[in-house]
Amino acid sequence: MSATFTIDGREIPFTDGQTIIQAALDADVYIPHLCHHPDFPPHGSCKLCTVKVNGRQTASCTRRAEAGMIVESNTPELNAERRALTQMLFVEGNHFCPSCEKSGNCQLQGTAYQLQMMSPRYDHFYPNRSVDASHPDFLLDFNRCILCSLCVRASRDVDGKNVFALGGRGIGTRLIVNAKSHRLADTAFAVGDKAAEVCPVGAILGKRVGFAVPIGERTFDRKPAADWVDSRLTDQD
Amino acid sequence: MVVDPVEAIIRRYRSDPTYLIQILREIQEALGYITPAAIDELEIGLKVPRTRIESAASFYSFLDLKPAGRYRIRFSDNITDRMLGNMALLERMCGQLWVERGKVSEDGLVSVDTTSCTGMCDQGPAILVNGRAVTRLTAGRVDAICDLVRGATPLDAWPAEFFHVDDNIRRCDALMDSHLGSGDALRSALDRSPQDLIREIGTAGLRGRGGAGFPAGRKWEACRNAPGDAHYVVCNADEGEPGTFKDRVLLTTRAGLVIEGMTLCAYAIGARRGFIYLRGEYRYLLDRLHEQLAARRRNGLLGAAIMGQVGFDFDIEIHVGAGAYVCGEESALIESLEGKRGTPRNRPPFPVTCGYLDQPTVVNNVETFAATTLVAHHGGAWYAAIGTAGSAGTKLLSVAGDCERPGIYEYPWGVTVARVLDDCGAAGAQAVQIGGPSGVCIGTSEFGRRIAFEDLPTAGAFMVFDQGRDMFEVARNFAHFFAHESCGFCTPCRVGTSLLRNLMDKLHNGHGSLHDFDEIKRLNGLLRSMSHCGLGHTACNPVLDTIARFPAAYERRLLHKEFTPAFNLDWALEPARRITHRDDAAAHFDDAGEARAS
Repeated sequence: MSATFTIDGREIPFTDGQTIIQAALDADVYIPHLCHHPDFPPHGSCKLCTVKVNGRQTASCTRRAEAGMIVESNTPELNAERRALTQMLFVEGNHFCPSCEKSGNCQLQGTAYQLQMMSPRYDHFYPNRSVDASHPDFLLDFNRCILCSLCVRASRDVDGKNVFALGGRGIGTRLIVNAKSHRLADTAFAVGDKAAEVCPVGAILGKRVGFAVPIGERTFDRKPAADWVDSRLTDQD
Repeated sequence: MVVDPVEAIIRRYRSDPTYLIQILREIQEALGYITPAAIDELEIGLKVPRTRIESAASFYSFLDLKPAGRYRIRFSDNITDRMLGNMALLERMCGQLWVERGKVSEDGLVSVDTTSCTGMCDQGPAILVNGRAVTRLTAGRVDAICDLVRGATPLDAWPAEFFHVDDNIRRCDALMDSHLGSGDALRSALDRSPQDLIREIGTAGLRGRGGAGFPAGRKWEACRNAPGDAHYVVCNADEGEPGTFKDRVLLTTRAGLVIEGMTLCAYAIGARRGFIYLRGEYRYLLDRLHEQLAARRRNGLLGAAIMGQVGFDFDIEIHVGAGAYVCGEESALIESLEGKRGTPRNRPPFPVTCGYLDQPTVVNNVETFAATTLVAHHGGAWYAAIGTAGSAGTKLLSVAGDCERPGIYEYPWGVTVARVLDDCGAAGAQAVQIGGPSGVCIGTSEFGRRIAFEDLPTAGAFMVFDQGRDMFEVARNFAHFFAHESCGFCTPCRVGTSLLRNLMDKLHNGHGSLHDFDEIKRLNGLLRSMSHCGLGHTACNPVLDTIARFPAAYERRLLHKEFTPAFNLDWALEPARRITHRDDAAAHFDDAGEARAS
């Protein structure tokens, strides 16, 4: 018999070394998350997956599961805090969903719906960010980047290319690319890269794809985020 | 033959990318900024991708990827500098040099901006010129500096008194009065086993002096017992908490004790390499510290077979930081030591098992290491008898702000705030910020409280505010500090500290409503429960403390108790007025949003 812990009273089996969120997703239990991806090691920056373990809050993507842990996740208190984090992500960038090709397939948007975010709550920062359309196959829109580092990790750990990194500090943190010109076209980024598939929002978008799937029939139009416990979402899902 | 400075620097650091921050700092010192061509060379020389170099360089305030002027002037912007009038001096300098704050002059000669507290609070207002500390700024000194800058006078030819830094040691106790000679503590320790030394540190009840107060003996023991290829000793001299400067004075006047403490630790945990992580603001101490290390090597107190003990080999390198408060957090400091962005790691594992290069590492504060020499020499019981039951030994306080005698005061733990205020000559104090922005702000009714882990723990900052000071502005200064220093890794702190800063600015501008107080409380809850590290956990402290203790300072800002829009039509016109050089009545709206009749 394998070891177990509980999330909101439900028993969750886990294997040694698994984090709480890994075990939860394997058991089809949804914990909101954006920077976590099952194909990559724990990262822990978005903090949406924060849960209460024995009464103390911790990111479930970096905390290893232990037998007998009592985890609270789907509580009004935690969901309110997660909603606030989602609102923060919306106001620090420029997210205009109606004009974004990712709308309906966007994890930020889907998670915001899931968490019943009804307004941005905070004043928008309206940062001055650019769009890099230099690459023949991809559009890089810094306005939509939520700094989850998935493309950074994918490019470094899977593609072996180090196309992306985070630069700057604090609220000035931004995605940078591996070229003296700072243009995506001058990097080794290419179709087929893992980094091209992992962006949870519309920051990295393939060119020449528009409305292939009509609005209303896209991922989160069909099912809410909680029903997609596997976070490997692409436009094709 | 022209020697390429970048190539020479890379060679000196043996093409080792763990030295990236040191390499970048030296390139900047040689070239003025980190040029694209220098990055080309680093890519090849260190065999790392460009992203790795730019990502690290852009994290640190003191590293520039663009030309920032041949003279890079930074005004320390702690609240104590503000109280000494630094903003008027900054404006004076900008006016004389014909430069806008935060921008480089058109001829590329100079830039003027602010920076977080530079640790000169007892002799401010202070600035950094190309990284060198200038203290006791006056209008006259500003004028002289402007002349020197305009005349392109090299820094070495500037008057030496500009760079003079006073120690201002006002009260000594066990540590500052110690007459231990070089090697005395080591000699006492080497009579015993490493385990015995750790036991003495434990008996002494010595707790970390960096603020958190973790028992040093337990840390050393855990590190000693942790398996690894090598063990490391790291001295945290990244004294970034605004209002704190006692490590600067310790490293200036008692560096021998600090280095000896690190050597004791090496003996205890079995380390062969150690690092001093010196904050960039204290770059001017680097050469002196190198001399001290060299002298100790000559005397057999560092290097191979220390004090003749075969197998006891230990040496220390100094890493200089580059302007990032968060690197005072031990795991962020280790990342920086490894040549990366100073992002705090996920914990556990903790540095004692998985620190520098993922090996067991002890990170202790400057003062903690110095104190271990007393324990090693006089014994744990002797040390434990000083201070209080829960806080053994003495504490160095960095006293600044509204008092007659700012400087360093050493007391046994347990001293009352009132006693310190008495000693430093602060009769009219209305508040004291203890432990810096991340600490506690107390009012007069609490001056009987004690400086101790049981009551008011502190890493050493003690900032005094007299009756005339606006405590709201104190908190607003600290909110700006946290927003500037957040590393940006986690959402709650990256965005939350900026939201908090914006809310405080909104109140400052007279647009706050009672709703904003609720928002501040909500943000606090979020920062405290969701943030990745202590910076976010404590970022709301100064605001909440001052709201609780000095509500009048906030209420004064509420022009209207009811809802007030954040948008002010008249202020929105300000850029247009500046552009058109107009300030007449017709260029203004009144409160009701009506254009004023001309």
